[in-house]
Amino acid sequence: MKNIAIGILGAAAFGFMATAASADTLDDVKAKGFIQCGVNTGLAGFSAPNDKGEWTGLDVDFCRAVAAAVFGDGTKVKFTGLSAKDRFTALQSGEVDILSRNTTWTINRDTALGLNFAGVTYYDGQGFMINAKKLPGVNSALQLSGAAVCVQAGTTTELNLADYFRANKMEYNPVVFEKFEEANAAYDSGRCDAYTTDQSGLYAVRLQMSSPDDHVVLPEIISKEPLGPSVRQGDDKWFHIVRWTYFALLNAEEAGVTQANVDEMKNSNNPDIRRLLGSEAETKIGTDLGVSNDWVVNIVKATGNYGEIFERNVGSGSPLKIARGINALWTKGGLQYGMPIR
Amino acid sequence: MAQEAIHDAPARASLIYDPRVRGIVFQLVLVVALALGIWWIVQNTIDNLHRSNIATGFGFLRGRAGFDISERLIEYTSDDSYGRALLVGIWNTAAVAAAGIITATILGFLVGIGRLSNNWLIRKLATAYVELFRNIPPLLVILFWYQGVLALLPSVRDSLSLPAGSYLNNRGFYFPKLMWGPGSWLVFAGFVVAIALSWYVARRAKARQMATGQRFPVFLTSLALIVGLPLLAFLLAGLPVSVEYPQKGTFNLTGGINVKPEFLSLYLALSFYTAAFIAEIVRAGILGVPKGQTEAYSALGLRRGTGLRLVVIPQAMRIIIPPLTSQYLNLTKNSSLAVAIGYPDLYAVGGTILNQTGQAIEVVVIFMIVYLGISIATSLIMNWFNAKMALKER
Repeated sequence: MKNIAIGILGAAAFGFMATAASADTLDDVKAKGFIQCGVNTGLAGFSAPNDKGEWTGLDVDFCRAVAAAVFGDGTKVKFTGLSAKDRFTALQSGEVDILSRNTTWTINRDTALGLNFAGVTYYDGQGFMINAKKLPGVNSALQLSGAAVCVQAGTTTELNLADYFRANKMEYNPVVFEKFEEANAAYDSGRCDAYTTDQSGLYAVRLQMSSPDDHVVLPEIISKEPLGPSVRQGDDKWFHIVRWTYFALLNAEEAGVTQANVDEMKNSNNPDIRRLLGSEAETKIGTDLGVSNDWVVNIVKATGNYGEIFERNVGSGSPLKIARGINALWTKGGLQYGMPIR
Repeated sequence: MAQEAIHDAPARASLIYDPRVRGIVFQLVLVVALALGIWWIVQNTIDNLHRSNIATGFGFLRGRAGFDISERLIEYTSDDSYGRALLVGIWNTAAVAAAGIITATILGFLVGIGRLSNNWLIRKLATAYVELFRNIPPLLVILFWYQGVLALLPSVRDSLSLPAGSYLNNRGFYFPKLMWGPGSWLVFAGFVVAIALSWYVARRAKARQMATGQRFPVFLTSLALIVGLPLLAFLLAGLPVSVEYPQKGTFNLTGGINVKPEFLSLYLALSFYTAAFIAEIVRAGILGVPKGQTEAYSALGLRRGTGLRLVVIPQAMRIIIPPLTSQYLNLTKNSSLAVAIGYPDLYAVGGTILNQTGQAIEVVVIFMIVYLGISIATSLIMNWFNAKMALKER
């Protein structure tokens, strides 16, 4: 009886500790020594394992940047591949510390799902891809009435698709898969006439098809898809670290701080750059955030600035060759705008 | 006096050692511990949900779903509620489970009897079938049908033409749809009347055989009634039926009835997989009837067919039904593997809802309740059937 009572007390105490601990993600992360990051299971350019089995991509690099900010080491991060359906549960339950998985920022997710989006690492929009060899006459999404469309379950894509066909009074036949790979395979095998996801994703999927040149992306963009990393609600400290890591990447690009020149830039005469890189005397910017003062140096050393991450993974340095477009900095006519670090 | 003292003394001295008292105390402790444990889990969950600002409750079921479902047995559009979407999923699960159970039972009985056949080839084929499907995980069987068989069929443009205006392609199986015109109720009425008449004829024939020993060709009469009456009604009503054939549209075949490859592969896989287990159960059931029973009916002068039907099978059924029930339950639960091939069953639709609304706990509770409900209903029906078949000792 005594043992049982102790057992109950022990369980209750353990439960209390578990609840208390999960409120402070930064302490948890520091205690375990790495960040657990939820990513896509395989979306070229955003998160996919390369031929050496290392995770690469824009979403992956963002997590590395956060790891660099926290630990000064961009390798202290572990990745969990998540399907669209599992992703929010994984974040809510604490299985991952950050969800960086081409996830659209919506009000519902920001409020009812208990997430906090830290920023928009990629401004995207939903499009359609068809096999032009099999459907030579189709050059607009408005001609898709009656088509079978492959789509991934539990995404905003699935909802936009329904709205778009409804608004244009067209019939369609959704073929819904839980996993990205399953949807890709079904489209490739001819189960569907069209494939729909974010345009960046379409370019990535196209490269994975058995004959990429047969497939064309239709011109219509039917939705706004601001993709970004998110964290759990109720932990402002951790949320700030993730959000400001994103802003630091943008500010580094704006200031011209790159992986190659970051060490010289520390001694720059420009006060903005000195403040950004924590080389001002008596600076408290980093420690106020809960990280070291040279956090931006660590970030840029680990992953480069936002522009470098973009070009390496999805831009000119990658097979996807996506133009910066609206993802350029605000100074170059894009939407990416880093809040001032001061 | 002395006797009383002896009687009372042990009870007072050994309250702790009294097995009754100890039993009650330990059970109380267990109940309290269990209640505390559950309370803690629930409380902890509620606290965590509140802290993360995650909405709770089942109110979300009334919200607009906003996504489409391609396979549905009831009316549904993206404007309907999440609750209705779940209902579509439940019907889809029920449909594939019911179709699978029927096919698996028929196939399982055939293979099970085949394993006991005197024909070497049939026996070996049946054994190979059982060993093959019993030893492959059901998911693999589903993917085999989906990606290995149905995905390799020709595209819409080169659809395989089958007899009677049906087509087969990688979008599924298309066959003509019968469009019933006015007056067609006569045909259905004829069908119902024929069944009622057959039942009556069978009763009368049995009574007559009991009384006079004369037999009556019940089967042929019933067959003539069930085919003949609706046919007669059909002709009388002036052929009130038209056929809608599948036509080639821009993308797909339109018109007719389309059985999609997702349903087909799940249905075939579940049937083939479960049939292997049912075959073994049937074989065990038949072998479980003592040989003496066969010898007994032969001694009574019954023919082999009659003897099997009246003596062996009723006894074998008593062995077969209980494990058969658990195979039916397995088949129903395995249908949730549909999610791998995009068949919108309860689990797939519920998963989408879970993702769109974030109501993980509520949706999982619904999953549990529905699967439990389907399983209990199956069990109840099979238990009733079992009781009907059970040995009635007189």
